[in-house]
Amino acid sequence: MSQLFDENKPLFLQIREKIEDQIVNDQLKEGEQAPSTTQLVNFYKINHATVSKGVNQLVDEGILFKKRGIGMFVAEGAKEKLLEKRKNAFVNDFIVGLVQEADKLGISDEEIIEFIKKVKGSDSK
Amino acid sequence: MTFAVEVKDVSLNYHEVAALKNISFTLEKGKIYGLLGRNGAGKTSLLSLLASLREQTGGTIRILGDAPFENPEVMQDVVFIYEKDNKDESEKVIGMLKFAERYRPHFNMDYAMDLVKGFNLPLNKAVKKLSKGQQSALFVTIGLASRCPLTIFDEAYLGMDAPTREIFYKELLEDQSNHPRTIIISTHLVSEMDYLFDEVLIIDKGTLILQEENETLISRGATITGTANEVDQFVKGLRKLNEQQLGNTKRVVIYGALSKEQRNEAKEKGLEVGVISLQDLFIHLTGEGM
Repeated sequence: MSQLFDENKPLFLQIREKIEDQIVNDQLKEGEQAPSTTQLVNFYKINHATVSKGVNQLVDEGILFKKRGIGMFVAEGAKEKLLEKRKNAFVNDFIVGLVQEADKLGISDEEIIEFIKKVKGSDSK
Repeated sequence: MTFAVEVKDVSLNYHEVAALKNISFTLEKGKIYGLLGRNGAGKTSLLSLLASLREQTGGTIRILGDAPFENPEVMQDVVFIYEKDNKDESEKVIGMLKFAERYRPHFNMDYAMDLVKGFNLPLNKAVKKLSKGQQSALFVTIGLASRCPLTIFDEAYLGMDAPTREIFYKELLEDQSNHPRTIIISTHLVSEMDYLFDEVLIIDKGTLILQEENETLISRGATITGTANEVDQFVKGLRKLNEQQLGNTKRVVIYGALSKEQRNEAKEKGLEVGVISLQDLFIHLTGEGM
């Protein structure tokens, strides 16, 4: 089993997120061929059924599509769909926790914004 | 539907000793099966029955619908790669491959040559002069290139170094996906090979204790970690495979899927629920006592 993975998250979810990531950051472009299930199994050392489960979800959601006998491809509009979905999840995954922790520590909204600016500023240097 | 393998109530005795007791299972076509068991559990005995190297004492075996023992039709469709003594084998590598080509109807020499190159095998060297790892690589080459509907690897990796084993696994998956067949792999390198298996069979002391899809099996096991009291309460009524304690912290391995409610309950109580690897499950399911 690969060590790269998060112990508390189902593996098929992690596989689909790896593929999503590649689409979001343009490593995999729309219309391009996505890695085959066997390639993914070999690369991540994750069982075939698990990989298929993750990949099939992406097919069901129209992110990837199958061409019979050729393989799996990235669908038109896949990136936009993913960005939309991730933006929606962003509030839940990041902002809720941030606000809760800030309340606990008595950090004001202005301070939060200051922190964000600081981090972003240091990022661009 | 014909199964690749059907085993029903099979037993095997060596004189007075029962090596296999009333084993029954079926294997589907086109899947990769991992056969796990401790030393002396009966893995090789079982596999040699499937490969018609011996005849069972009781029960029936069907390979692709037919009884295998002394049946040439079946035997040419089954390749069994196991550890053997090659110290007297003066045939050259190329000769071994040509021999396989002659007797195996689906053997592909081009693919065999690709593997020979990948494994870096000297074609004109006698088998007995090869290192143990090279001998294993040669027999794995024959096993893969034979493309038999039933392909069995019984600890076929012995002596191979890690990079060579990696080539073996990669080729196995790729060639299996291009030319689907039923593959059985017996191994002690569980943590290294677990991702290869679609299904897992575990035998212990001559009986089959479990056959399960790999993914389902792994999702059945979990570790629960927390303060001893809380953990004990939580695991009441669950099947415990193992427990360890460090001071007041306790970790229990359980077997059986947890419901969403149980997971939430664990979370509320501050218990940590962790996943468990196939290797750990195997150790706990076949280990002595608790």
